[in-house]
Amino acid sequence: MPHVSLTVNGKPASADVENRTLLVQLLREKLGLTGTHVGCDTSQCGACVVHVNGRSVKSCTILAVQCEGANVTTIEGLATDGKLHPMQEAFRENHGLQCGFCTPGMVMSALDLVKHNPDPSEREVREWLEGNLCRCTGYHNIVKSILAGAAAMRGQPTKAAAE
Amino acid sequence: MYDFAYHRPTNLADAARLAKEAEAKLMAGGMTLIPTLKQRLAKPSAVIDLGAISDLVGIRVEGGRLTIGALTTHADVARSAEVRRTIPGLADLANGIGDPQVRNRGTIGGSLANNDPAADYPAAVLGLGATIQTNERSIAADDYFKGLFETALKEGEIITAVHFPIPEKAAYAKFPNPASRYAIIGVFIAKGPQGVRVAVTGAGNGVFRVKAMEDALAKNWSADAINDITVPASECNSDIHASSEYRAHLIGVMAKRAIQAAG
Amino acid sequence: MAPRDDGIGAAVRRKEDFRFLTGRGLYVDDIVRPGQLYAYILRSPHAHAEIRAIDTAKAMRAKGVVAVFTGADMAKDNVGSLPCGWQVKNKDGSPMNEPPHPPLAVDRVRHVGDPVAVVIADSREAAKDAAELVEIDYRPLPAVVSVAEAIKPGAPQVWDIAPGNTCYDWEIGDKAAVDAAFSRAHHVARIELVNNRLVPNAMEPRAAIGDFDPASGEYTLYTTSQNPHVIRLLMGAFVLHIPESKLRVYAPDVGGGFGSKIFHYAEEAIVTWAAGKVKRPVKWTAERSESFMTDAHGRDHVTRAELALDRDGKFLGLRVSTLANMGAYLSTFAPCVPTYLYATLLAGVYTTPAIYAEVRAVFTNTVPVDAYRGAGRPEATYLLERLVDVAAREMNIDPVEIRRRNFIAPDAFPYQTPVALQYDSGNYHATLDQALKAADWAGFPKRREEARKRGKLRGIGISTYIEACGIAPSNVVGALGARAGLYEAAEVRVHPTGTVTVFTGCHSHGQGHETTYAQLVAEGLGIPIENVEIVHGDTAKIPFGMGTYGSRSLAVGGSAIVRAMDKIIRKGKKIASHLLEAAEADIEFKDGKFTVAGTDRSKTFAEVALAAYVPHNYPLDELEPGLDETAFYDPKNFTFPAGCHICEVEIDPDTGVTQVVNFTAVDDVGRVINPMIVEGQVQGGVAQGIGQALLENCVYDENGQLLTGSMMDYTMPRADNLPSIAVSTHTTLCTHNPLGVKGCGEVGAIGAPPAVINAIVDALSSYGITHIDMPATPQRVWKAIQDARMKQAA
Repeated sequence: MPHVSLTVNGKPASADVENRTLLVQLLREKLGLTGTHVGCDTSQCGACVVHVNGRSVKSCTILAVQCEGANVTTIEGLATDGKLHPMQEAFRENHGLQCGFCTPGMVMSALDLVKHNPDPSEREVREWLEGNLCRCTGYHNIVKSILAGAAAMRGQPTKAAAE
Repeated sequence: MYDFAYHRPTNLADAARLAKEAEAKLMAGGMTLIPTLKQRLAKPSAVIDLGAISDLVGIRVEGGRLTIGALTTHADVARSAEVRRTIPGLADLANGIGDPQVRNRGTIGGSLANNDPAADYPAAVLGLGATIQTNERSIAADDYFKGLFETALKEGEIITAVHFPIPEKAAYAKFPNPASRYAIIGVFIAKGPQGVRVAVTGAGNGVFRVKAMEDALAKNWSADAINDITVPASECNSDIHASSEYRAHLIGVMAKRAIQAAG
Repeated sequence: MAPRDDGIGAAVRRKEDFRFLTGRGLYVDDIVRPGQLYAYILRSPHAHAEIRAIDTAKAMRAKGVVAVFTGADMAKDNVGSLPCGWQVKNKDGSPMNEPPHPPLAVDRVRHVGDPVAVVIADSREAAKDAAELVEIDYRPLPAVVSVAEAIKPGAPQVWDIAPGNTCYDWEIGDKAAVDAAFSRAHHVARIELVNNRLVPNAMEPRAAIGDFDPASGEYTLYTTSQNPHVIRLLMGAFVLHIPESKLRVYAPDVGGGFGSKIFHYAEEAIVTWAAGKVKRPVKWTAERSESFMTDAHGRDHVTRAELALDRDGKFLGLRVSTLANMGAYLSTFAPCVPTYLYATLLAGVYTTPAIYAEVRAVFTNTVPVDAYRGAGRPEATYLLERLVDVAAREMNIDPVEIRRRNFIAPDAFPYQTPVALQYDSGNYHATLDQALKAADWAGFPKRREEARKRGKLRGIGISTYIEACGIAPSNVVGALGARAGLYEAAEVRVHPTGTVTVFTGCHSHGQGHETTYAQLVAEGLGIPIENVEIVHGDTAKIPFGMGTYGSRSLAVGGSAIVRAMDKIIRKGKKIASHLLEAAEADIEFKDGKFTVAGTDRSKTFAEVALAAYVPHNYPLDELEPGLDETAFYDPKNFTFPAGCHICEVEIDPDTGVTQVVNFTAVDDVGRVINPMIVEGQVQGGVAQGIGQALLENCVYDENGQLLTGSMMDYTMPRADNLPSIAVSTHTTLCTHNPLGVKGCGEVGAIGAPPAVINAIVDALSSYGITHIDMPATPQRVWKAIQDARMKQAA
């Protein structure tokens, strides 16, 4: 049985897999990292977005064996010492989540946007989210959260939400 | 998905040798292959992952042409200063493929080898009159696309790069499928060393050129020049999102928008 | 005293968010039981076929396979039919046709996706591999898909017991009074429309784990449900014959429902039963393609309607005839959706004195249709608000003005409609005025002109809607055919140190109950919100519950919590009177303190709680120790949120693409507990409403194959399809529940679709276009423009 070794959230990890095992199955079923979700089977919903070697990817559309030696970051790897990452904090502050299912993918995708575009416009955020579906929020507060999270990561204070 | 053998060669020769095995499938970014496997629509004996062949990645401008390595991702093309400087319409096209995560993995070589009738890159390659470089030969764009998911590639032949002549003007206008965001119609128009070329994706069984538009634009480079030129609806596909009449109409609209965008 | 920053009316940040944001939510598919097996369900590829034979032998021998079961195996075990929870009667008083619904099909399949067999193996992939080895001999039969086809003579029959494919033929209202109204009408406005079939697509696919403990004989079902107690009752009593005392149903974090997770589904029964057979836990998780062909769909009505008006545009009468698609089987609450949740709302916010509606529910070879966000009320609102706009245009009356002329006046409450409902409160002029102002209605002509210069067609549309939620009371709905009560239960458990756990029968799958309910309790008991925990979703912990749907969680579930808190406070006063040596009547409870009126002598809530659990100084002769109270709240009436939605669109006439450029919602949802959450609920509902109006459509081909079987073809609203959504509220209080709350979960999905379509028709009015069906896709809008141009040219 193939064996894959990689770094997940800064720590070494390894598991026996099948060649057909997807990265998301490795994360959820072998490594117990169930924060990464599966919401579709056509690579569209983005609930499974993680970072592989610094880029956001859909972990349902990459084989575990392709990630040999890779550096993977999941939603579980963002908060440190119980303190939320500024992007996570922005989602909380701006009610950017309801059922929470799409949320990990949204946050991971947002971080990749901010990496390339630290000060995105509302339009740019909406277009970036093409690969992330949410059925609860109507995206309004997700967009607001990402703009606030980006601002916080630039060192500007997060604006208050819904008062 | 069905299980398969997995190979990750580090050089082209090994990849080519492995690819000759019956029922083996080459994988570049995997953005089409993996979803296909997940739906059990293909049952390859082996998947040959080209991802470790680093020679196949890169963008360079030399000899008056832009060369993009086959394994260069859409995101890298979209963000490339060289592409932006030489063929901004190509960078824009790359930036509109799929979604950011698809662009982070999907590659130009994979897209061209697959030749989905609604994919974007075939329009650029045909519209710009590019040359497809394989491990065995060079293939002109006009000879490469052979219809629905069919190309001139032989068994085991691997795309290594695409050479784009640098045009004077070029742009792509796409009308996406509202659900899948693939092209319902995409029109790439270029004016360059090979004259004016108009390539349409999404309409039929594969990308094609519209000669009448090319001739009209060669005489008069303006959106008005193609006002009266239509592609017959009978040559266009029909589905729940777009009838053949609507597709035929959109070819005209998108062509004009491409001309306007090209300036 | 200043209002609390964690009490009623405060935008408290959600308590549940930390776990979701850090990937620590617990959804059903995240759960792994020791020794767990995986189920893969084989489904019919045919819309309609006879099952001639099933051969499972090869699959049984496949690697990793533990068992393969068919419908025959379940029948042998006396497994019952998936029950329907509501019986509707025909015009003549006879009961509806109610066909059986075995969890695994026996003899015949009736829609693509109908489950036929289950393979249980030690991995998902092994189960799926083996499923390909099950041989099923089908004899395909002719299928029928649309309601229009299904009622034609000679149409294929879905059920032998339902001639003409009719489930029921029902009516409401005074037919003679409506005929009389039409006979004296100055003008009659008519419309024929389709309310498009939708696929709910909660982001979390359904999942279920059955678990059986051979030692105790207890079953546990982990499931993605909005109402675990209802599932326990239906599955335990009717399908698997397991006593409630031996069946636990647990719905942990659930990733969205929108109605689709109310119903008792076959897979829940299959995994629970199979776990008992193989004596190991059995997990099933839907792939999205399975969701498309098994989650109950929504809407799917075809309606003709006429509105009679007098010379001044006052509505005299409304006549409605609707065909409602039930799909192939009756889903749990399907029959009540196009009847009691639909036709009873046809008065809208208007004084229409005479209304008659007839609804024929029809079986087809499609996925069952049931409640989806709004359930019946979006269909009624869409019909009414489109028809009002048609009438306004035909009579050349401003669409705002015609609505004002017909509104129920603010002083007319309680208002009895001609279709059974009695509205308790509302102010439709106020929400309209607030919306017109917020949307800058007056400035629209200028914006239209500016858009015209850019080559865009701009339109504005309005809808003034009402909805009925918190469906109740139990005795009334019982008389109307409901086979369940519609109360809610809550237990408020005060711990010895004064912290509180609340057990609610409602269920949160995104609504933020853990925060909103905690705000109620923090304010009600005068304790910090950190001291309140909300528990939901587990029949092993919660006394009972009817769950969450129909925007009922606060109006019904919240009221139950208030009633339980009232009992806590009453008992607390007794304890305090003993501790303070004062008469019980003199004890006041305020801000977390029991005080002797007019004195500074008091005991804190925590001190009273401690006395209740450490009853050393305690009136043991009169009072039991402990401080733990349960209440069941059965509402006196529905609640009636209402409001005004205004949509502005721009259409590109070259492509037919419609962009929503502004959307304004002003809603009266009663008292607002958490404005942040209310806004989020409205925005989400509006997005689904815009989705229905512009993007989403479930399409079958004529053979019953699902053409929109994945997100590649079914258009889910994405961030770039939607605008920012401006939300505000205007409050009139509900008069009959203790909180004055009405409900906010569905208003968006109800108010938005007609506002969008009215805006599109407005934008296209220069072409003489008077209606366009949902979804107004680019192709459909372009075609409408083309056809209109041809007509104008001819």
